[in-house]
Amino acid sequence: MSRIQTVFSALKANNKKALIPYITAGDPHPKHTVNLMHTLASSGADMIELGIPFSDPMADGPVIQRASERALVHKVGLRKVLDMVQEFRQKDTKTPIILMGYANPIEAMGMEKFTQAAKAAGVDGVLTVDYPPEECKDFIAALQVSGMDSIFLLSPTSDAARVDLIVNQASGFLYYVSLKGVTGAANLDIEEVKARVAAIRTKTDLPIGVGFGVKDAATARKVAAIADAVVVGSRVVVAIEQSSEDNLLSNISQLMAELRTAIDA
Amino acid sequence: MQLYDMPDARGHFGQFGGIFVAETLVEALEELRVMYEKYRHDPEFLAEFAYDLKHFVGRPSPVYFAERWTKRVGGAQIYLKREDLNHTGAHKVNNTIGQALLAKRMGKPRVIAETGAGQHGVATATIAARLGLECVVYMGAEDVKRQAPNVFRMKLLGATVIPVESGSKTLKDALNEAMRDWVTNISNTFYIIGTVAGPHPYPMMVRDFQSVIGIEAKQQMLEMVGRQPDAVVACVGGGSNAMGIFYPYIDVPNVRLIGVEAAGHGLETGMHAAPLTANSPVGVLHGNRTYLMQDSDGNIIETHSISAGLDYPGVGPEHAWLKDIKRAEYVAITDDEAMAAFHNLCRTEGIIPALESSHALAHAEKMARTMRKDEIILVNLSGRGDKDINTVAKLSNITL
Repeated sequence: MSRIQTVFSALKANNKKALIPYITAGDPHPKHTVNLMHTLASSGADMIELGIPFSDPMADGPVIQRASERALVHKVGLRKVLDMVQEFRQKDTKTPIILMGYANPIEAMGMEKFTQAAKAAGVDGVLTVDYPPEECKDFIAALQVSGMDSIFLLSPTSDAARVDLIVNQASGFLYYVSLKGVTGAANLDIEEVKARVAAIRTKTDLPIGVGFGVKDAATARKVAAIADAVVVGSRVVVAIEQSSEDNLLSNISQLMAELRTAIDA
Repeated sequence: MQLYDMPDARGHFGQFGGIFVAETLVEALEELRVMYEKYRHDPEFLAEFAYDLKHFVGRPSPVYFAERWTKRVGGAQIYLKREDLNHTGAHKVNNTIGQALLAKRMGKPRVIAETGAGQHGVATATIAARLGLECVVYMGAEDVKRQAPNVFRMKLLGATVIPVESGSKTLKDALNEAMRDWVTNISNTFYIIGTVAGPHPYPMMVRDFQSVIGIEAKQQMLEMVGRQPDAVVACVGGGSNAMGIFYPYIDVPNVRLIGVEAAGHGLETGMHAAPLTANSPVGVLHGNRTYLMQDSDGNIIETHSISAGLDYPGVGPEHAWLKDIKRAEYVAITDDEAMAAFHNLCRTEGIIPALESSHALAHAEKMARTMRKDEIILVNLSGRGDKDINTVAKLSNITL
């Protein structure tokens, strides 16, 4: 059983939902990333989504774009991101790590080289934003061979046939994008999300995570009531952006505690 | 008979092209693909497009024999396809009209566009005004500063210009931002992409709308000289004017197709915008797979060209394909070489060419010298140079 499956099974057994925070590797500075990951894990995160910085993050709103820019100032490329995962794994062998990023850095490294290096570093799943399933069959196969999960997005505009196609390619969990827009955009419509998640459930047994519009603890709580996992990205990155070196870890830990409490309530 | 039949159903030109976008855009692209398939051969749609090209743009644009310039260069005869004479001053308008007419049929009241130098933005604002569509243009903050007259033109035409502050604040970032707008406002918005890049069906659709250039040229060359040229030369940034003139010639044997990229300060300096000529690696950006200027981590690197319209780190996927199958050749021309050709054309022919087109002119000069006097080169003069006079004046240390 993969780490991701193990975590979802354990949560289900306890009737709890997963909290998945997102940070961009190298933001605000590469020296903080591994500490931030440990802080996330110790203050309520069940899994961590780690963003690969990219020069052209087309699906991201301004908050996560700035995170990428801060990381790229320090030349944090995919190799460095994998080094960070490896360092994290020396002390934490349980918390699943999902890499989230764009196709080009992965293709630049080479698909085979990437899957081998990611597996060796301790990565559990990969979400490549601009790889629709039709364009990445080889990549899905390579991940599968290495024992990593292929995480895919589903959106409010995905029709029934598309949902079928995607749930058949996905593993680990499904990531439902709760709104039409980029990461960190306007407020999500919880009733619509509820209906969509219910519709997706009729087609798959995979856990369903919801993200892209979870702005605060109250929204996280509502999402937790209808999904298996709550993904919080821009809100975490804003907290990083607004922290100083001195209070970075304590601010993140406090935010995670708030979200955890809301989700468990 | 058209032997060349590209792309495939999902927009692939061999390994290039395709649909590399976040899931949130997939349905919108599918809707566009279906609607374009419906209308691309629809007689009523094509008639409306042809009417606007004739009466609003002023097509057909003439083919002109540059006789004095030919004599001065001393070699093959050089003919110019005069896209600079179109309404708004460049080939860009051919495509914006096609896409805006499609937007109207799809019931989208709002159009958005990205622009670098501002030519595509102006062409989009122009047709939006004519059709009564709301128009928002994304432009890198750096380009907004450098291209103030075009920003003002767009505003005069009723468009909203949004400066993009992210990334390198140039064309590629404007494209990212337009995509973000589109994904947020999918239900009422049509994204008019200005070049043969982006996810399928854009590269094919923009090529089709621009192919009026080559279709006309083929007929005009027959009428003027009784045969087709030995070589067709066009500048390539994203590559829409080049695809427009190349496409109808792909199946014509013995016509060399030559795309001219921007070598900037020189390929050896790394400060250029010539992914094909510099053998950049293959990658994925802006929804398609193509040759891309990037660093070893796969991040896109900044490009350089004196001409904003060629300042793009990628290239349309069909050009990548034509390079690989060796149907087209790609070369690069430096800033200095383009400037020299710019001045030559001004003084020998009374035509002020766009700096983009000056790259094609510069290569035509080089080629012509090595060719016989009975051979013929057709250059796509894709735009006029009025927009560039500030840049040229600055280079000559003149303040206007």
